[in-house]
Amino acid sequence: MSKPKALLAYPVVKEIQDYLEEFTNLSTLDFSKPNTYEDVVAAIKDVEGAVVLGTRIDENLLSHGSKLKVISNITVGYNNFHIEAMKNRGVAGTHSPGILDNTVADFVMGLLIATGRRITELNSFVKEGKWTRIDNSHLFGKDISGSTVGIIGMGRIGEMVAKRCSLGFDMDVVYYNRSRKMEAEEKLGVRYVEKDELLKISDYVVLLTPLTDETYHILSHNEFSMMKKDAIVINASRGPVIDELALIEALKEGRIAGAGLDVYEKEPMDLDNPLLKMDNVITSPHISAGTQKTMNALAWNAAKSMVSFLVHKKAINIIPEMKGDF
Amino acid sequence: MSKPKIFIANPIPGFVEDYLRENCEVVIWDFSKPKKFDGILEIIKDVDGIIQVGMKIDENLLSHAKKLKAVSNISVGYNNFDVEAMKKYNIIGTHTPGVLDETVADTIMGLIINTGRRLCEADRDTKNGNWQKGDVSKFLGKDIHQSTLGIIGMGRIGECVAKRANLGFDMDILYYNRKRNKLAEEKYNAKYLSMDEVLQKSDFVMVMTPLSDETYHLMGEREFNLMKKDAFFINASRGPVVDELALIKALEEGRIAGAGLDVFEKEPIDKNNPLLRMDNVVTLPHIGSATEKTRDDMAMLAAKALVEVLEGRGSDVIIPELR
Repeated sequence: MSKPKALLAYPVVKEIQDYLEEFTNLSTLDFSKPNTYEDVVAAIKDVEGAVVLGTRIDENLLSHGSKLKVISNITVGYNNFHIEAMKNRGVAGTHSPGILDNTVADFVMGLLIATGRRITELNSFVKEGKWTRIDNSHLFGKDISGSTVGIIGMGRIGEMVAKRCSLGFDMDVVYYNRSRKMEAEEKLGVRYVEKDELLKISDYVVLLTPLTDETYHILSHNEFSMMKKDAIVINASRGPVIDELALIEALKEGRIAGAGLDVYEKEPMDLDNPLLKMDNVITSPHISAGTQKTMNALAWNAAKSMVSFLVHKKAINIIPEMKGDF
Repeated sequence: MSKPKIFIANPIPGFVEDYLRENCEVVIWDFSKPKKFDGILEIIKDVDGIIQVGMKIDENLLSHAKKLKAVSNISVGYNNFDVEAMKKYNIIGTHTPGVLDETVADTIMGLIINTGRRLCEADRDTKNGNWQKGDVSKFLGKDIHQSTLGIIGMGRIGECVAKRANLGFDMDILYYNRKRNKLAEEKYNAKYLSMDEVLQKSDFVMVMTPLSDETYHLMGEREFNLMKKDAFFINASRGPVVDELALIKALEEGRIAGAGLDVFEKEPIDKNNPLLRMDNVVTLPHIGSATEKTRDDMAMLAAKALVEVLEGRGSDVIIPELR
């Protein structure tokens, strides 16, 4: 039997590419330059499967790839998938849940401490030669230990952040979620509250919800006005869960104290985005899962999911909306 | 009995100043003016006590302070005290242990995550407008969870960091200390090893020792050479515990991956210090304990200790060498 044709649309370590070449007739994009949506469309024609990272999989792309059976996304989020279009054409989508949770939770804690204690701002302060006197009462931050963190969206990553906050830093942890998490409440001493209550009492508000119609702009003008004046917002989930214009306004008017952001409504950010000029805002470029170890593990997962589907005829890591379809 | 006379040499919170004014006659430096040594000598001639941060309390100063009985440090470190000179002049010295441990441990975890995950560097790069589509692997970092943290100097702050790292991040804890720390071993599964082994096996190495003759330049060229090439070095204790030139050389030659520093051999740091040009080094302006609540607590503890000692009641926070 001949090997199925497949496309690798994102560079991976050699071992993973070797594995893909063993099981498929593999083509790749030109990785010496950054690739665009059009590059993927141009290469999708004859392939049955593709490993992608964040490429928009829409009706147009699918219409160029009439032989496609499966698209394997390297990341856990898959809002690049146009699910209805994929379902209509019978194309399966896979993702990589579970693998990056601890790595993202680490990064969320990094954002939380760095905004509270002004680490990025003070690093620049020192590097730019502005540290000229020993008295530093103008450089005070906010305590982490003993403060209250409110987690909106208590999934696996939420629980890992809760564990770090509660067991590691003795923070009070409250959460809001569609459903109660009894096990987390017992093991980690976290407490369920309604969203408004969470916003009112938290020193740090951490967003860890997936992006859905319900969570779109879950924080907007009304929500920021309920928060404490010295509260800090952390978002490492998806940009559009925050109404970014409302956030910018709240920050400009001093209605909240700062923000630690890894995701934005538009990525990469526009160069004139006011967030880029705010010292009390951390702007990392969507790197919460970005460690070498995790990137390799995610790419392995996507490669194995595609090979399993095409070669072993077994659907694994299918996105929840398609469970049972394959 | 008349109230003791004291000198407040650094800015303190208003409620702490009020407390001191209730219990003492207060002389306070005019903080709109730069501090001059001559001016200080003039003031301390007839005071009973001094509350301050980092003032050198040595033979020269003490010989001018005929009535002085006690000096209170608003810090846990007291390497500004010349203990022998203080013994000779019969001066009591106090410091502020305990109240800042959690805040300093927070700073240290912040430095660990910031260096490992390259947060400062990524933030600056984005703010400089360099984020381009498709660069998702530009700032690949090192995982924090389940990595190995080596703690050199396992006192109270070391324990607070071990707790965060082990219970929060499932990190393995290795430590070296003059004596074994049973609490850290039992609660955080910390393993006691020689200093060389801690250096060789850790992904993150932090020093948390007081500064003394024994710990001066504890980390030098030999020690940095023992560390893994992809390991990070963290210091929020005292600058001179590290031979800074050796650290700079290790970083320049890529013998370690990066550093997170809150303290330096000279503070404020010189503008031409090569550390300031390194993207893989996080440099903080000695803010380990710098939150409003902790600084309030430290200032109040230092004020109470000074009043207690001057009223002859003794204090729990007299430095061990002068008890």
